[in-house]
Amino acid sequence: MKPRTIIDKIWNEHAVRAEAGKPNLMYVDLHMVHEVTSPQAFEGLRLSGRPVRRPDLTFATMDHNVPTLNRESITDAISKKQIDTLFDNCKEFGVELADIHSPNNGIVHIIGPELGLTQPGKTIVCGDSHTSTHGAFGALAFGIGTSEVEHVLATQTLWQSPPKTMEVHVDGRLGTGVTAKDIILSIIAKFGVDFGSGYVLEYTGEAIRGLTMEERMTICNMSIEAGARAGLISPDQVTFDYLKGRRFVPEGAAFDEKVNQWRQLATDEGAEYDERVVIAGDEIEPMVTWGTNPSQGVGIHGTVPYPEDGRNATEKKVIKTSLDYMALEPGTKITDIHVQHVFLGSCTNARIGDLREAAKIIRGNKVAEGIRAMVVPGSQQVKLQAEEEGLDQVFKEAGFEWRDSGCSMCLGMNPDFVPEGERCASTSNRNFEGRQGKGARTHLVSPAMAAGAAIYGHFVDVRNLDKTVSS
Amino acid sequence: MEALTVHEGNTAVLERANVDTDQIIPKQFLKRVERTGFGQFLFFDWRFKSDGEEDPSFELNYPSAVNASILIADHNFGSGSSREHAPWALQDYGFRVIVAPSYSDIFYNNCVKNGILPVRLPENQVYELMQNGKNREYHLTVDLQNQQISDKNEGFQATFEIDPYWKEMLLNGWDEISITLQYEEDIEAYEKRVKV
Repeated sequence: MKPRTIIDKIWNEHAVRAEAGKPNLMYVDLHMVHEVTSPQAFEGLRLSGRPVRRPDLTFATMDHNVPTLNRESITDAISKKQIDTLFDNCKEFGVELADIHSPNNGIVHIIGPELGLTQPGKTIVCGDSHTSTHGAFGALAFGIGTSEVEHVLATQTLWQSPPKTMEVHVDGRLGTGVTAKDIILSIIAKFGVDFGSGYVLEYTGEAIRGLTMEERMTICNMSIEAGARAGLISPDQVTFDYLKGRRFVPEGAAFDEKVNQWRQLATDEGAEYDERVVIAGDEIEPMVTWGTNPSQGVGIHGTVPYPEDGRNATEKKVIKTSLDYMALEPGTKITDIHVQHVFLGSCTNARIGDLREAAKIIRGNKVAEGIRAMVVPGSQQVKLQAEEEGLDQVFKEAGFEWRDSGCSMCLGMNPDFVPEGERCASTSNRNFEGRQGKGARTHLVSPAMAAGAAIYGHFVDVRNLDKTVSS
Repeated sequence: MEALTVHEGNTAVLERANVDTDQIIPKQFLKRVERTGFGQFLFFDWRFKSDGEEDPSFELNYPSAVNASILIADHNFGSGSSREHAPWALQDYGFRVIVAPSYSDIFYNNCVKNGILPVRLPENQVYELMQNGKNREYHLTVDLQNQQISDKNEGFQATFEIDPYWKEMLLNGWDEISITLQYEEDIEAYEKRVKV
């Protein structure tokens, strides 16, 4: 048989109907639902008298609107209505919901893997663009709009045209202190904010194989920031070890059988992709974005570019517009940029490993004067685990606020946002204009880099911290 | 959804690349549980100044863009969040057609599902349209059946590509779920075969 990529394997496996020249009707193995993009879909079902076809393959949580302080009492009436609506819809249509009181509540892309719902070979969708996160397990996972949410609820399928495939090869070993976030920010900075448009990405190479599951999730999470609906990593022993013992994962002999199936999924030696790009892992530095899209990033020892650095008229204009919004002078050293806020959270970087990495740097230090820093764990489980390890104390003693889980300041739909004109070092995924609050200025970084910025008040090279600490 | 066959209308020119859905409809307006009424919030942070007044320097507020139903935009339009509120807001505001060199995949799908035609044209043709439509009323006719876009007086004419399936959906205004449910037997057979 001709060698195949994991993308081809999962695709062929899930085609319910495949006619030449038409999109295929694809079966969906797991549909995750949250409160913002689902109310109109459930309403559509009600209006047409349709049930949810497979409530057992559907799982809901509430995350975008949830306050991270006093989460039980939502004061914003419209937010509360959206939360209540999801609760009622799940009850009416028989969908399991990790509601605000559940110990399993959290950001949809954090709890899917945590519960073992996310598994290799599955097709996974959610009305949220960061669904690409689940690709870290070797699943084909992508974000959909609300009309498609309704379509999946009603039919458990989606019409999809076969995607083009792209290998994103990260060669060599990462340097010490360089993280998964720096890999993905480097990839997007190098190849552009829409290089993945129309493709499913597969991340390969030594640097990727060496990552933990949580780090792989950070990489796949931001595939959408490269324009790709989905990005994935072939599963391996790291994947299977992570999944073992989780609630929705089979046990005993059934687990071993699953692992045998999962092993077959990995891309075959010699399989061909439509496109291939390569980046040297050992050259990647800790990254900081300076602009208003995720490709506008540079290494910690870099400087803010000049509009004239743009490769064409459009790019020159984009740089100029971004610098105006960010209130940055061209030529400014990244290490000279001061921030007023530090946000450690989001579906990109709020897992236990992220909190541990940040805590290593925070331990024994204080948040710099004038900085508001907060930690928003990705789920209630992450929060609990961190508290068991005493990480909450490390953060609190340094002057961080320690919150409940939710999407929080990544997009500021709940009460957490960055005030106009202020600057935030954020572990989230989007530095768009107004994303963290109207007029807010976002710099995307890894958890370690965010921790460094919290202590020094400006960006620092976290690889050198042992030399410069307590300045 | 409403069928779209031939559309004639005024244009609005948005000369910005990578316009993301956070700009098209900011997050504070995503809390409604209805599909309707989002037009008033379209491009909110760009359209309105902090005091709530319309910002006359924003392209959609130019007198020439009044009643525009065709939006001419730059590369990677609709990137970022999958929020379908973006096409809902564009449609509610009055747009039926968008013309751009490239779109984000999810946004493109969301448009088609809501009866908005996203036309892809080569960059030089889009920039020509931008020049023609800048600061003045400029009407275009978009003929989906024949995949053509043209103006009356400047001599612009172009053909565009669209997936035949999406074209059929838009021309007929079909409800996709009804179509899929015709394949109920195939879905059931699949579920039996792979034991999901």
